[in-house]
Amino acid sequence: MKVFVVLLLCAGLLLGGVALAAEEVIRIGANLEMTGAVAAYGQMIWEGINLIREIVGDAVAGKKVELVLVDNKSDPVEAANATTRLIDKEGVVAIIGPAITKNMLAAAPICEEKQIPIISATATNPLVTQGRKFVFRACFTDPYQGAAAAKFAFEDLKAKTAAILSDIAQDYCVALGNYFKEAFEKQGGKVVVEQHCKTGDQDFSAQLTTIINANPDLIYVPNYYTEIALICRQARDLGYEGIILSADGADAPELFDVGGDAVEGLYHTAAWDATKGLTEIGQKYIDLYRQKFGKDPNMFGALGADAYLILLNAIERAGSIDSAKIRDAMEDTKDLDVVTGRVTIENGDPIKPVVVRKVENKRFVVVKALAVE
Amino acid sequence: MQWTALFQQFMNGVSVGSLYALLAIGYTLVYGILGLINFAHSDVFMLGTYFAFFMIGVFLLPWWLSVLIGVALCSLVGMSIERVAYRPLRNAPRISALITAVGVSFFIENLGLVTVGARPKGFPRPDLMKNVYTILGARIQGVTFWVPVISVLILLALFYIVYRTKIGMAMRAVSRDMETTRLMGVDVDRVILYTFALGSALAGVGGVLWACKYPQINPLMGIFPGWKAFTAAVVGGIGNVVGAMLGGFIIGLAEILIVAFFPGLTGYRDAFVFTILIIFLLVKPGGLMGEATKEKV
Repeated sequence: MKVFVVLLLCAGLLLGGVALAAEEVIRIGANLEMTGAVAAYGQMIWEGINLIREIVGDAVAGKKVELVLVDNKSDPVEAANATTRLIDKEGVVAIIGPAITKNMLAAAPICEEKQIPIISATATNPLVTQGRKFVFRACFTDPYQGAAAAKFAFEDLKAKTAAILSDIAQDYCVALGNYFKEAFEKQGGKVVVEQHCKTGDQDFSAQLTTIINANPDLIYVPNYYTEIALICRQARDLGYEGIILSADGADAPELFDVGGDAVEGLYHTAAWDATKGLTEIGQKYIDLYRQKFGKDPNMFGALGADAYLILLNAIERAGSIDSAKIRDAMEDTKDLDVVTGRVTIENGDPIKPVVVRKVENKRFVVVKALAVE
Repeated sequence: MQWTALFQQFMNGVSVGSLYALLAIGYTLVYGILGLINFAHSDVFMLGTYFAFFMIGVFLLPWWLSVLIGVALCSLVGMSIERVAYRPLRNAPRISALITAVGVSFFIENLGLVTVGARPKGFPRPDLMKNVYTILGARIQGVTFWVPVISVLILLALFYIVYRTKIGMAMRAVSRDMETTRLMGVDVDRVILYTFALGSALAGVGGVLWACKYPQINPLMGIFPGWKAFTAAVVGGIGNVVGAMLGGFIIGLAEILIVAFFPGLTGYRDAFVFTILIIFLLVKPGGLMGEATKEKV
């Protein structure tokens, strides 16, 4: 009997403690790929979130922010489980969601149903936020980036005709190619030839011969760097002297290693530039990252920091830990300075400048920051 | 399609095909003597590029010396594989050796992934190989000239070794009847070891030339060229050296021309090549130049 009373007392104390703590802290969930196939993405995002917390602090609206990290093991089923656990067991008011589209698509419907806002740092597929009220993202979407590339090609590079060589094995590449074509032709340009390759291909001479034969002003190659480097190499070897434009898949140091002088002059669209911040906080982030890790920061971490900043800003403006109010404040985000630029949220997707970079002397040099309407 | 474009596509095909041909000779050589498909051949091909890469990048040796050392190291690797993985199974059923070959292949690939990492590296090439020449409006890389030239030289050297030297005579004897040859006092193990050294050196040369054309090396780079070259060897008639070359060109041209004429089928490029393999196995299992042999089952 005595033991029972003591237990009861303890339980009472514990419950009281939890209730007391809940008044003072805001719990935010982080549902990330910490292990598994795309663990590198999740880890970089987590690193970015923690770094930005060192800069802006971990308090908002007079309350302390507590992050609850759950590993989704790069698996959609685990991502769904993690979401449910964060909401039901951990009592979070909002979630920073999985890195990749597949896992985000598993987590999003749960948040939508339970009316808890979720924001992904890097899931680019348009489907993620489509028709949902509580789902957000910090990165731009494939249509957005494709349209930005088309605008840059037509207006700045004065290209009237273009060819596309995209990787049919990657949804990301196919989507960018299609949205580029749509936007480029809407502006009055013409896509004269469309060719495809497959992830892992090393020989692109057949496709490039067909493209060069059609004599386009520009070749759009929205692929990953392994293919881009070889495509540039072979295009130049086959005598192509026009412009080559690519997307953020080009962002890797190996590009210069493999492409050598063939990638000189290559343009690509990117989420941000790690050498020069577009905003004050972006510069602070870059400086602190360099100081801590001794190298340039990566895009995933920066977008993770963006997701945290957007969320924090919304909580502050909502002045409440009511999830619905936070959601409304997130949707109202306007001209907020985050790490990768100035961002406005519309239908869950960010509107922010697309950075265009060019390869000069084995380095990426920022050409311009492009706003798309 | 314009004539220049057609000619360019033809040259593209010859260019890829000659690399397959070189690699196919290695498969055919080992098969001819041992009746074993050495699946690790394509990984020795990959190792050749890495050896040369480190010789150039780390030891700062001149290009030609690096390649020679790389090729020599490939021979050593080939001999070690034979000694460690295949010799103990010499008298085991053939399927055991085949499974071991696949195992060795996986072992080398994964060892590569662990030691040098999966991210690709750029391969330094001499100007001789990367210079581009314009002929009849077609742009042709130095490597396209050199691969057929090197392949023919290797072919001549092979013929010399096989038909004019003592070890060549021993190789032919072993391929005909291993046990009887052994009874005649020939050191069969040594003959087989030499065969592996020769075949692996060819893989090394093939790897370096491949990297000259596609200057991006990674531990898994050998897999697809290996399969294609194996297909080429079967199409040409496995065991027949001239057939392997012929098969290489056929496969190279076929995969370029399907992309050139049917751009919509680009994704089926590899599938197309392996369809050729299946058709050959069904219709003419001996390959173009192979002899139809009856095997006792």
